[in-house]
Amino acid sequence: MSILGNRVLRREDPKFLTTGGVYTDDLPIEGAVWATYVRSTVAHARLPAVDGTAAADQPGVVAVLTGADLDLAPLVPRQPGLRPEMARPLLATGTVRFVGEPVAVVLTERRDQGEDAAEAVIVDYDPLPAVVDPLTAADHSTLLFPEAGTNVAKQQGEAPDDAPWAACEVVVRQRMVNQRVAPCPLEVRAGAAEWGSDGRLTQYVSNQAPHGARRALAAVLGVEEGQVRVVAPDVGGGFGAKISLYPEELLLGWLARQVGRPVRWSETRSESMVGLGHGRAQLQDVTIGGTRDGRVLAYRLEVVQDAGAYPVIGAHLPTFTRMMASGTYDIPTVQFTTTAVVTNTTPVVAYRGAGRPEATTAIERAMDLYAAELGLDPVEVRRRNLVAPDRFPFTTPTGAVYDCGDYARALDLAVEASGYARLREEQARRRAAGDRSLLGIGVSTYVEITNVGGAGEYAAVEVRPDGGAQVLTGTSPHGQGHVTAWSMLVAEQLGIPMEDIEVVANDTDVVPSGGGTMGSRSLQAGGLAVHEASVELVDLARKRAADALEADPDDVVLDRVEGRWHVAGTPAVFRSWADLAADAAAAGGQLRVEHRSAPPSETFPFGSHVAVVEVDAETGRVRLVRLLAVDDAGTILNPLLAEGQRHGGLAQGAAQALLEEVRYDSDGNPVTANLADYAMVSATELPSFELVSMETPTPVNALGAKGIGESGTIGSTPAVQSAVVDALAHLGVRHLDMPASPERVWSVIATAAAPNRASFPLSD
Amino acid sequence: MDVTLTVNGTTRTDSIEDRLLLVHYLRDVAGLTGTNIGCDTSSCGACTVHVNGESVKSCTMLAAQADGTEVTTIEGLGGADGTLHPMQEAFREHHGLQCGYCTPGMVMAAVSLLEEHPHPTEAEVREGLEGNLCRCTGYHNIVKAVLAAATSAPAAS
Repeated sequence: MSILGNRVLRREDPKFLTTGGVYTDDLPIEGAVWATYVRSTVAHARLPAVDGTAAADQPGVVAVLTGADLDLAPLVPRQPGLRPEMARPLLATGTVRFVGEPVAVVLTERRDQGEDAAEAVIVDYDPLPAVVDPLTAADHSTLLFPEAGTNVAKQQGEAPDDAPWAACEVVVRQRMVNQRVAPCPLEVRAGAAEWGSDGRLTQYVSNQAPHGARRALAAVLGVEEGQVRVVAPDVGGGFGAKISLYPEELLLGWLARQVGRPVRWSETRSESMVGLGHGRAQLQDVTIGGTRDGRVLAYRLEVVQDAGAYPVIGAHLPTFTRMMASGTYDIPTVQFTTTAVVTNTTPVVAYRGAGRPEATTAIERAMDLYAAELGLDPVEVRRRNLVAPDRFPFTTPTGAVYDCGDYARALDLAVEASGYARLREEQARRRAAGDRSLLGIGVSTYVEITNVGGAGEYAAVEVRPDGGAQVLTGTSPHGQGHVTAWSMLVAEQLGIPMEDIEVVANDTDVVPSGGGTMGSRSLQAGGLAVHEASVELVDLARKRAADALEADPDDVVLDRVEGRWHVAGTPAVFRSWADLAADAAAAGGQLRVEHRSAPPSETFPFGSHVAVVEVDAETGRVRLVRLLAVDDAGTILNPLLAEGQRHGGLAQGAAQALLEEVRYDSDGNPVTANLADYAMVSATELPSFELVSMETPTPVNALGAKGIGESGTIGSTPAVQSAVVDALAHLGVRHLDMPASPERVWSVIATAAAPNRASFPLSD
Repeated sequence: MDVTLTVNGTTRTDSIEDRLLLVHYLRDVAGLTGTNIGCDTSSCGACTVHVNGESVKSCTMLAAQADGTEVTTIEGLGGADGTLHPMQEAFREHHGLQCGYCTPGMVMAAVSLLEEHPHPTEAEVREGLEGNLCRCTGYHNIVKAVLAAATSAPAAS
């Protein structure tokens, strides 16, 4: 019986539950000094002087270094189309561009000494006007990079053609804010760097892509990649924000070279809230048009992307927003433009969904606005516009090729499982009764892209003379459960028990190449590589067994229960996996296959979410009562792990709709720079989730698998946001930006209800 | 100053800086890195341990204040023979952890929660764990695990 598709408990867990994981900050680094960064307290300023002399006299100080001491080139953004003039210095020199930007670094014998000494570094600021609002950035009144002559980091899209709109009987427009949020992995950033006597650098870092980190480190330090070993020990979450290395991490090897000792660093949460990249941060103008009977004919999305102070991946995210702009709908005309601008804020990076949640929220809110304009039920309007199941592979107007799906069935399942009709009845009852608790129902359908680029992944599988197997993977597990999942894939093919399979990842000296874990790619790229390597290894073993048994390979079978090869019908004469591995070793070789998967293209998971909220009409407080998700990610390898991914995604998506927002004052001072001020979602603000299964295997890869890491986030944000709007729909409310804070909700209720307060029970 | 604590059943005396937090004492002096640090505002609960049987965010307490107490960390929760505490078992059974970073604090808080409320409702579990943040699980399976631990075993101590 196949192990695939079963709820296999995680092999990773016992360690985490007993001694705890070994994260970067837990590593003993013999003889290391601690790095503490001095960070800008001003959003935008000339930096005439940074004086470390007083700090150098503080107890335990080994060195104080500033931008003037650096002999390393600034980081030129590597995403296509970004401007080299907007390069980021590793320590600010001349100008600081956001609060939290490192301007100096103090090295001390002990960590606590660094905190004291950093305060003694004197930084002169000559303030410049801070550009906080992306629209202000776009008017170029203050330039962050005068040498670039513009605040625009990147522009995409064609000049909109108005012709298709002439046929629309109804056109609705709305400006929406897809607000800036903080990824908040529970483990903040940490790293350590140590040069060996062989002249090689070993860098430990909390990161999602060690091989990418190795490339970046080698480039910054001017050494060959082979001179750098990157190890990511246990990593306490990343959510996209730990894909690339940051200056604080890239500098550690250089610092270690300066002082001739290992250097280690870990940030505080307050540093992380301004130093780790943020997510989302789009201003969106949507226009949707169609017929009076609910057929959408044209959709336009114009995005201003806030890239933060230094454009990196965030400036590039609208590419994915564009790709997924039309969502699950068959819309003849889709128009998209985007301008990414720099502002005096923390740089924007990838965050769970990275450009796709922004697309989904825009189109889903647009569908609701269109439905409201027509006086039709939002579910009905969606049904009239979904891509039909017989249209796949479906090419969208923005060039995405959706592999397979049944979007109507996902919506039907969500409607049915949520008891949608009964919810509407209850809503009507409460409204008629003037109930203080307003019921809101939000529906989304979504499709997203996973394994973008489809670059394939590395795997090696080896059976050892003790009969156990070792797997090397280029993915970078940090909570997803790859040790369990990859063991299942190998056990399935080889018949070697999972507990005898070792999975090794996150060390570039052991795993020769890897793409890391991001963009919901791991199973369909890395898992596929492990699967294909295992299949190849079985073929190889069959030949070796046939030789040993003096039989034709076609007559040799693998008994997966016993882990033995024998000629069909004569099980008493066999070669075990251990025998074959020993044979290989005796011949001076290995029983091993090295493989790179090459999936032909991306996959497009899809689904439908229903959210139910209760809004207190007197206080504006929103309570998320139910969140139901139909998520189709193709064939599911381990439902336990897949559900865990969905849960986490749902929580983060709902959190954006209801609670979380990174905010700055008008001078660019962050006002949400710790976990007391930033409303990171907790257990009390969420319900238990309702998950509905749906599996439409993709023809794109042998596992039939699509990515599942981001679906929860992508579908839930618009569902929850729309539920809040829906609760207020009878007051004439059509849209409400996120997050649905009590203040914002209360204000809109008060405004909407004002003309006719008698009909609505509001206290004065 | 010198402090004497009994950590996971072992009594030890150390000379420490007055300002040393209990969490740093546990991690850097006692070498018990299972207890994690996730914030600097006592918001996340990753550093939750038991002090004289009560759950405490160990970043809110000076090591000096813990002088003379008995401290239990995640490393000391299970049996000496390696058996898992019922709460650890429930977290494993119900996939209540992913990256594992919040897990030690979450488990310690959950054990303490059941000692105070042996048969909580789902809402009580959620309220009880409000001070422990997790970014991976959406809390769904954590809540499920705690409820399961409450029904499967008598409140453990």
